[in-house]
Amino acid sequence: MTTTQTNDVPLPTYKPKDFASDQEVRWCPGCGDYAVLKGVQKAASALGRRREDFVFISGIGCAARFPYYMNTYGMHTIHGRSPAVATGVKLANPKLQVCIVSGDGDLLSIGGNHTMHAIRRNIDITVLLLNNRIYGLTKGQYSPTSEVGKKTKSTPLGSLDFPINPLSLALGAGCRFIARTLDVDLKLFDEVYTRALEFRGCSLVEVYQDCNIFNHGSFFYASQKDTKPENTVLLRHGEPMVFGKDNDKGLRRKGENIEVVQLGGGVTEDELLIHDETNLMMAHMLTELAHPEFPEPMGVLYADPTDPSYDKLYGDQVEEAKRRYEGQTLESLIRGENTWTVGPAKR
Amino acid sequence: MSTPPLAPTRDPESLESVVIRFSGDSGDGMQLAGGQFAATSAILGNDIATFPDFPAEIRAPRGTTFGVSGFQLQFSSTDIHTPGDVVNALIAMNPAGLKVNLADVAAGGIVVANADEFNDVNLKKCGYPEGYSPLNDEQINTSYQVFAVPMSRLTREALEGSSMSIKEIDRCRNMFALGVAYWLFERSIDATIEHINEYYGALKKRPDVAEANVKVLKAGYYFGENAELFPARYRVPPATLAPGVYRQISGNQAIELGLATVARKAGIDVLYAGYPITPASEILHGLSKLKHLGVKTFQAEDEIAAICAAIGASFAGELGVTGTSGPGVALKSEALGLATIYELPLVLVNVQRAGPSTGMPTKTEQGDLFQALYGRSGESPCIVIAPKGPADCFDSTIEAARLAIRHMCPVILLSDGYIANGAEPWKLPDLDAIPPIEVTFAAPPDNGDGFHGYKRDLETLARPWALPGTPGLEHRIGSLEKQDVTGNVSYDPMNHELMVKARADKVARAAADIPPTPVRGSPSGDVLLLGWGSTFGAIATATDKLRAKGHDVSSAHIRHLSPLPPDLGDLLKCYKRVIIPENNTGQLCMLIRAKFLIDAKGVNHIRGRAFRVDELVEAVLELIND
Repeated sequence: MTTTQTNDVPLPTYKPKDFASDQEVRWCPGCGDYAVLKGVQKAASALGRRREDFVFISGIGCAARFPYYMNTYGMHTIHGRSPAVATGVKLANPKLQVCIVSGDGDLLSIGGNHTMHAIRRNIDITVLLLNNRIYGLTKGQYSPTSEVGKKTKSTPLGSLDFPINPLSLALGAGCRFIARTLDVDLKLFDEVYTRALEFRGCSLVEVYQDCNIFNHGSFFYASQKDTKPENTVLLRHGEPMVFGKDNDKGLRRKGENIEVVQLGGGVTEDELLIHDETNLMMAHMLTELAHPEFPEPMGVLYADPTDPSYDKLYGDQVEEAKRRYEGQTLESLIRGENTWTVGPAKR
Repeated sequence: MSTPPLAPTRDPESLESVVIRFSGDSGDGMQLAGGQFAATSAILGNDIATFPDFPAEIRAPRGTTFGVSGFQLQFSSTDIHTPGDVVNALIAMNPAGLKVNLADVAAGGIVVANADEFNDVNLKKCGYPEGYSPLNDEQINTSYQVFAVPMSRLTREALEGSSMSIKEIDRCRNMFALGVAYWLFERSIDATIEHINEYYGALKKRPDVAEANVKVLKAGYYFGENAELFPARYRVPPATLAPGVYRQISGNQAIELGLATVARKAGIDVLYAGYPITPASEILHGLSKLKHLGVKTFQAEDEIAAICAAIGASFAGELGVTGTSGPGVALKSEALGLATIYELPLVLVNVQRAGPSTGMPTKTEQGDLFQALYGRSGESPCIVIAPKGPADCFDSTIEAARLAIRHMCPVILLSDGYIANGAEPWKLPDLDAIPPIEVTFAAPPDNGDGFHGYKRDLETLARPWALPGTPGLEHRIGSLEKQDVTGNVSYDPMNHELMVKARADKVARAAADIPPTPVRGSPSGDVLLLGWGSTFGAIATATDKLRAKGHDVSSAHIRHLSPLPPDLGDLLKCYKRVIIPENNTGQLCMLIRAKFLIDAKGVNHIRGRAFRVDELVEAVLELIND
């Protein structure tokens, strides 16, 4: 690789605004994406990596305008293909911090295939999935995460198809890092996204994001001051799964299942599930916890850095090939196995 | 075909050139036998041209006509350009192989059949009436020299006492046939013995299989010598090729070697991203072994992901290349538009096959020219070049990469199934004589000025190639229209027109480097045959034949389809008629008529195979005499 990476120059101290481009942000006033943009700029600036080593890549949609607003390298691609483009970038230069930001329609519908395969390859990229459960840029059709019966421009009598669960899908495809956060929870966003950026492998963060034009209030059950404590549970590795305004509820194992219990009256925290983010079985169960039956898990559901990333393995294989075929040159390859000489004498 | 029918004589008869076809079940090892015959003939100094023809089915039901696999080879003492029209010698390993191919055999030509396979079951399988065998057909025996050889039995006898299974023993039959063919045409079996020992002995660690194959090969050869079945042997002396060291090469192999050479000459890695598709998969296979030579390969989840990964690699400073066939290009077309608006270097290899849709995957066609030129949304020009034969794939690949990098745009390389699988002698290139491919990455700015991602080079109109990881060059590219110079998103009407024209102009400027179009024949005259791509061999040979017959026919073959060679318009005006043979319904013909307002006529075959020279000669004569 011929790059001018400047590892000998001390790392500058960045402020979030150093990661903001000079382009005017053009989302609708009140869009949840604004908060996410701030959050990404903050986390990226504090990551301890050089600005020039970041590449933000998106597909198509409102969320996909994201790279234009980041003062880093960026690619706004075509609908659904950002994971494939990101894979090429990372293979060509594994030193880069490659980040995808796109929406539920882009990454789960038209681009579902690429999302799945980037995940199962475990290429070292960070996927930030802004889930607003609607197609915003095309002005309000139901999306693959919309609830059944959703009335939209394309489904006036209500949608018939069942929604996809992004974290279940990711985990099923073999994702080694899955997390969930809210557009309005800046603190949690920063914590979760920073960890995702630090994870070496394919990480996926789902953000519940409000589209205040076409799907306003879709996640209010989980994002408002009064609803959040009751309808979400913040996961902390090694800590019991407690939730509720007064921390008075918890999740307990019941046979093969999980149940919600009221603490007190003989039920103590000792009986509750302790979050273990390296436990794959637990992660599968956690991704299935859904409102209104259960509080929905927030934070890092699963993080297992055991497997090396695809790009790391690829680099190793290139080195292995160089050792194994040391004697083979371009010249010998072109010569092949069978040659013959036509001399001037034969003419 | 100039070759006379093979007449039986006592002494080895010297022939100018011979067309031989090996034919049998797709599991009979015909490709291997044919490939070995070709290699031996090449080493002997003949000019050769090969054409493997196999079914899409991996192992079609045994003995059926649709399961027949063939390998045709022309070997010659003169300069040849095609695998030949009419077969002088057919090796038929079963009735289906004979039935499918007999019509192509010249009157008086040789047919060597494996008599053991002409049993009731096999004869019935390929639809012969009960009690009939073509080997006993009087008319067939009068029209051709038919030799019925019990190859299955003789193979088993040669390997009597072997510890191999009957199935393994029977698989050596192709070596018996090859041995007979070597004897018949006076070729040494040494190179094949060497190959067998190398492949089965050293590589596959099956010395027993190597020994068996060598034994059967010799048995076939000595059968020819001793059986007194064949009245004559034939000799094709070495050709007078230009001095140098040669090897045999297929089009797909030449593209692989071309890309490895690109990595060397450009000094950057190539990332080849592909998805398995006939007939392009071999390129992915071959390149996957070259990781130590600066070529990375990536088997993507689909065609779209393959081109997108290639685009990503180009953004990050490698040369992204993707290879496929027509249906894959259809899937990639949106991303190709993306590469066009990104203005990043990209090479797309399309090994064309017969379409539409899945069409005939193993059969050749030139049907994707319009797709390459116009098959994208919006005004989305690409550079398009086409190799004229297997060896030319090497030079064309290097040129495709050079143009992509120089002009910062996608280049489509249009090969096809005929070129991809066909092979010919290739004079080894002098690597040092190939000029470097100049790559200039944008340097970090040394003043406070911002970086302008779409500020163009005044000569080539290329924009700067600025790599992630370079401080100070942080920039965004996108699928939305760009503002000139800055690259920012722009919906300005006049800017859009300017950018559309700039992208087109950039492609047009590649014409400046196109050398004068060579003409075969006279610089002016009655008829010009104009061709592109894999029709070169047939057109060149037809031109020579027509001229030999006294017709004022010349031909020109163009590699560059977009932009067209700058001298083409003037060249076309030097002839009274322009005839354009194509393996499609007339795509270049329509383009030439539209661009140059001349009354060009097409000769169009859409038969899933290359032109035969005699067909072409006849069609041209018809148009001339019209």
